[in-house]
Parts: sequence; C-alpha cells; structure tokens
Amino acid sequence: MNCKKEAVELMHKYLDGDLTKAEEAGLIQHLETCEDCQKHFHELKRTITWIQSTGQITAPSNFTQNVMAKLPKEKKRVSYMRWFKAHPVLTAAAIFFIFMFSGVFSAYNHDSQLIVSKQDDLIIKGDTVVVPEGVTVAGDLVVKNGDLRIDGTVDGNVTLINGKLLDNSIEGEGLMASVGEVNGKIEQVDQVFEWMWYHLRNIFESIFSVDNK
Amino acid sequence: MEFMIKEKIKQVKKGDQAAFEDVVAFYQNKIYQHCYRMLGNVHEAEDIAQEAFVRAYVNIHSYDDKRKFSTWLYRIATNLTIDRIRKRKPDYYLDAEIKGADGLDMYSQLETDSPLPEEEVESLELKSYIHHEISELPPKYRTIIILRYLEDFSLKEISDILDIPLGTVKTRIHRGREALRKKLRHV
Ligand SMILES: [Zn+2]
Repeated sequence: MNCKKEAVELMHKYLDGDLTKAEEAGLIQHLETCEDCQKHFHELKRTITWIQSTGQITAPSNFTQNVMAKLPKEKKRVSYMRWFKAHPVLTAAAIFFIFMFSGVFSAYNHDSQLIVSKQDDLIIKGDTVVVPEGVTVAGDLVVKNGDLRIDGTVDGNVTLINGKLLDNSIEGEGLMASVGEVNGKIEQVDQVFEWMWYHLRNIFESIFSVDNK
Repeated sequence: MEFMIKEKIKQVKKGDQAAFEDVVAFYQNKIYQHCYRMLGNVHEAEDIAQEAFVRAYVNIHSYDDKRKFSTWLYRIATNLTIDRIRKRKPDYYLDAEIKGADGLDMYSQLETDSPLPEEEVESLELKSYIHHEISELPPKYRTIIILRYLEDFSLKEISDILDIPLGTVKTRIHRGREALRKKLRHV
C-alpha cells in the first residue's frame, strides 16, 4: 500500500465514517507494519481531539435585546392584535361594551337569513352561493348564513360567516377542472366569538386606521 | 425544539415581531460562538452575529418551512463571516486582538509563530493556540472544521448549510485536517 496516496486517504475516510470493511482491514494491516502511517494517524486523531477541546463561549448578556432593537419596525396592527391576545380579560370587557352599544348582540341573534354582499352574476341555490365559472367578482365578497362555492374568480377578500367554502372539485368538472380563484384572503367565521372578533377588528381598523397604507 | 422554533417562525411570518425574540434567544449562543470561531474576535463576532439575525428576520419569507431553520440561519451567519473576512483590512486583525476583552492574547502568539515548548503549554494557552491555528486556516477549510468538530454538524448537514456538494465538503475537511495536523504535530 502506498502511504501518501492510499493509506492517508483511507485514514480520512475512516474519520468521516466512510470506510468499508475491506478498506478497514487493509488500513489496519498497513498500520501494523508502517510506523510513519501510525504516527500520521495518531497525529490526525490527536488534532481532532484538540480542536474539540477549545472552549465554549456565550453571547454577551444583552445580545437578544440589541438584535430586537435593530429590527425594522413591525406594522402597528400586529402590535394591537398581540395586545388583545395578551390581555384577554380587558379585551373581553372591551368587546362587551362595544357590542352593548353597537347592538351587535341582537343583530347576531336575529338574522339567520342568507345574506350576500354582492348579487350581480352570482347564483344562489338554496343556502349555497355560487360564483359561476367565467365570472369575476370585483372587490370583497361576504356571505353570511350560507355556503360558498367559487368556480370563477374573486378579486378581493372572501369572508364567510356561519358557512363554509365548498370544494368545487367534488362536482367533478372532469378535464375542464377550472379551479376557482381568490385573489385575496379567505376568512371563515363560525362562532359567535369569532364573529364578534371580526366585527371588533373592523371597528378598530376604522377607529385607529392602523394599516400603514 | 425544532418544532417550537417552527411555530415561532410561523408567527414571525405573520408579522409578529415579538415571536422572533424567542428565536434569537434560543440561537444566540450558537450563532455568536460560530461567528467568534470564524472571525477570531469578540467585537466582530457580536457585530456579525447580530447582523445575521437581522438578515434572517428581514428575509424570513424566503425561508422554506420544509427545511431546518438552523441550517438556514447558519448559512446566513457563515456567508456574513466570510464576507467580513474578505473585506478585512490587513492591520485590522492585530488591532482588534490587542483591544480584545477575551484575554486570549493572540498577539503574542503572532509574534512568535513557532511551536510552543511542551512544558510551557498550559491548558488555556494550548486552547488559544489551537484556536489561533484554526483561525489561520483559509475560510473555506476553517468553516468546515468549525461546523464539523466544534458545532457537531454531520457532513451532509454542512453540505446543506454551505450549499456545496458533499464530495467538496469531504475534500475540504481532509485538507483542513491535514493542514491542522501539520501545524499542531510539534505541540
Ligand atoms: Zn505507511
């Protein structure tokens, strides 16, 4: 076995855990007879042990705060939202008062009929609103107390209150498979609380107009 | 832990800056240490490690959730350290070490760049000497030696972090080990 070319190469493969059984046997056999390679191998292993012995250090104590101070400012809306989430009792109280005065409670209890924010070109089958294929709804779409199926396109946000988005692939349009498109957010509001939250957010957004636009 | 971090990252992506604080707190020691090992002085290490986290935050949307976050973060930090090494003025390194607060006193090591007599090698000196020899390696070998032996990444993970083929990682680690062996054989 050639020392420089083969044996040293095998040593490195050994150190990376890449040695086959046959190669390992060959290397061991060579090391038994070659003192230079024994020394070389020993030095390599000792080097690794030494590298690993260099100490651990920790970041300066104020490191995280310094990083946070350097970050670009986040959008304000998120800070409000987080504040609400961090103070659920105060938020609940605030919601209660706001809804007391705005009469939203009674509104929720009384209206259970299907309401769609836009009627043009939409098809209504019982409790289901359909955006037909080829139809583009310009702007946001809100459906209350009904399900929605989108075969066409909605150029805005979709909000569903007490209803769900129906999967249009179930209808099996076969190879036509023109999947509906929504160029905005889809939001589903099922429960009373979420529904109030949705309203509250709209109210806050209009009060503070916090979206940096 | 990776799961907890992924949850935090989701929140950060939604715009929740405070969630990023936990991410920084979790990785700060690892990333700072990595930068220190790459750069060899505390001031640059702090500077670059902070920059790495800021870059990660600003570019969080380009992070692919399916991959390990730590891999992505180490890649940012490594690229920044290599950039910094390239831009260094030749005299900066010496200056920074004299003022360095870490007490490793590498300046004296540089003056006498000959192997230390064995009986004088005390533990701390030996460590700082080894550290110095690592930091003298060309960056492409240094990075891999540090990631493999000080930060315990597998060769496959290193190839992901550096975005280079596994074969290249192996070639470089062989050369890095040989270079260090030659430097440290007389110690
Ligand atoms: Zn030999």
